[in-house]
Amino acid sequence: MTTKTKLLASTFAALAALPAAAQDLPSANDGVLKIGLIYTLSGPAGALGTQARDGFMLAVNQIKEIGGMPTEIIIVDDEQRPDLAADKARELVARDQVDFVVGPIFSNILGAIHKPVTETGTILISTNAGTSGYAGAECNENFFVTSYQNDQNHEVMGAYAQKQGYQNVFLMAPNYQAGKDSLNGFKHSYTGGVAGEVFTELGQLDFSSELAQIAAFQPDALFTFMPGGMGVNLVKQYSQAGLTSIPFLSAFTVDETTLPATQDAAVGLMGGANWAPDMDNAANKTFVDGYLAAYDAVPGTYAMQAYDAAQLIDSAVRSVGGDLTDRAALKAALHKADFASPRGDFSFGNNNFPIQDFYLVKAEKRADGKYQTAIVEKIFDDYKDNYADQCPL
Amino acid sequence: MTNLFILQLLNGAQLGVLLFLIAAGLTLVFGIMDVINLAHGVLYMIGAYLIATFAALTGSFWLGLLLMLPAALVVGLVIERLVIRPLYARSHLDQVLATFGLVMIVNEGVKILWGTTPLSVPLPALLSGSIPLIGPLQYPVYRLAIIAAGLAVAAGLYVVVNHTRIGMLLRAGATNRDMVSALGVNIRKLFSLVFALGAVLACFAGAIVAPILSVDTGMGESVLILTFVVVVIGGIGSIRGAFLGALLVAIVDTLGKTFGPILLHYIMEPAAAGQTGRMLAPMLVYILMAAILFARPQGLFGQRAS
Repeated sequence: MTTKTKLLASTFAALAALPAAAQDLPSANDGVLKIGLIYTLSGPAGALGTQARDGFMLAVNQIKEIGGMPTEIIIVDDEQRPDLAADKARELVARDQVDFVVGPIFSNILGAIHKPVTETGTILISTNAGTSGYAGAECNENFFVTSYQNDQNHEVMGAYAQKQGYQNVFLMAPNYQAGKDSLNGFKHSYTGGVAGEVFTELGQLDFSSELAQIAAFQPDALFTFMPGGMGVNLVKQYSQAGLTSIPFLSAFTVDETTLPATQDAAVGLMGGANWAPDMDNAANKTFVDGYLAAYDAVPGTYAMQAYDAAQLIDSAVRSVGGDLTDRAALKAALHKADFASPRGDFSFGNNNFPIQDFYLVKAEKRADGKYQTAIVEKIFDDYKDNYADQCPL
Repeated sequence: MTNLFILQLLNGAQLGVLLFLIAAGLTLVFGIMDVINLAHGVLYMIGAYLIATFAALTGSFWLGLLLMLPAALVVGLVIERLVIRPLYARSHLDQVLATFGLVMIVNEGVKILWGTTPLSVPLPALLSGSIPLIGPLQYPVYRLAIIAAGLAVAAGLYVVVNHTRIGMLLRAGATNRDMVSALGVNIRKLFSLVFALGAVLACFAGAIVAPILSVDTGMGESVLILTFVVVVIGGIGSIRGAFLGALLVAIVDTLGKTFGPILLHYIMEPAAAGQTGRMLAPMLVYILMAAILFARPQGLFGQRAS
């Protein structure tokens, strides 16, 4: 055998050994609880992932040892790139042998990391993205969501518009899948008329031409979904254009990640959410006060949902006594969701998506000069997503 | 519909003067120095970051603007000395490569210096709010101020270019660079001046747009392509061409964005109409460019190459 063929043979042998190694995953039961966080920490949307990471780490610091075990947290940045995220997720599972993967922010990233993580039996906990596929027919016993199903916040605003008796709502969202889902979600619970429906370019920063249309149509209300920097620009320009007399209903547009940039321009604008920092319960006080003290900022839902993911892992690992090898027991313990969420009522449906309350929230200025969203009224009680029935679990 | 048309004309004018401020520098650098500067958009971004910083430091938009201008001049001179000057004798491809590299370096540098979170600049109190136009329609005072500032700069440039000695050199340089050099003009000094002037104008554009947009890395790239279209339509080296080209491009773009989908709504479903309209609007600009180049290959006010 020449050296070359030897090399070839050993390469094949190594390749053949790979799937076997993958079978052994996960649960390197070395007495350490390993959790991989995968969030978008850089780029225009970096603020969202940073909040989520900070929320998770706050819980880790408050609980100290998650599940009563020595805890190791590995944080990676997906840079909002699905290809990179898939590679990083594989690294977390195969090289670092984590017990849980927590993240991401964006639905397209979730699509990229879902299979590489769940197919190895590792548990994936999404703290933000909750696409309809994984809530319905493609639900997975290794996949849990501590946020919501993506449509729900939009449905909240639709239900509110319906309740207000609006007849003429102007709809605006970026032209990509989540934008279309958003408007469909709104229309799911709103049956009134539509003054106009505009899809803007993803990443558009100047909305003058859309705002001119809104001004010309004078609708009963505007419903919009403009996450991140787009929302900051829209909110500032909306108030500059003198349109604030038209109710501004939104989802993922006015929240604690954009309020520091929009400030007074956003005060009074409305959104739909599963929680707000001003909720009055002991768990929420611990969370919000802790977050303020640690990061000198008001937490948003991104932080709250990641905080709950840490609490969820803690409760489940404690309940199985730190035995990570019995996957069935661990999953059953996770499914119980036996922890005190800052949002109050929280339980998992059959598809491991939350069943929770939804609220209308409004941006306001706090006494300390910072800005936050505050609950106006409850719109849905113990609300389940529309896809759970399609889930075979 | 007329109301909407008027509003969109104003929006078009506002975008137009912004494009003009950026394109004026680009067309001079391209026309006089024969340098393709892909990093021109970066200067626009730097202007926005500078005013965000100075406005936060001084607590006043106006002081920030005042401090931004000399800082922009320094930035322009430094970039010219370090990056652009060694490129004069090189091919266009080398210039594209080097300035593209500069875009990446500056974008990363800005991220390191200012972080990834978008910054925001408060509107100056004097210009906040909006004024009523017709009926329920209102227009933000600040956007009107942008139009006014752009027109004022355009008028100032007109006087400088057409009625001063430096302007004469600029016009001569754009027409025939070698001849200007042969006549004993210090061409190196002229180049520095041209580049610094372009940098200040681009930074000024970035600074005055900062209160409307969030200040973010990559904001430069979003305007750069439109700016090149403006330069090509207007004719390389022509300030007048840049002005008319910018207004033309901006108004076609804005009106196309709004009225395209509205017209298409009659024949398609909203998502498809929005999509088609969005695709059509940027295309309109390029169709316009192709048509103008077909009729006048040197652009509206370009000098025919000898």
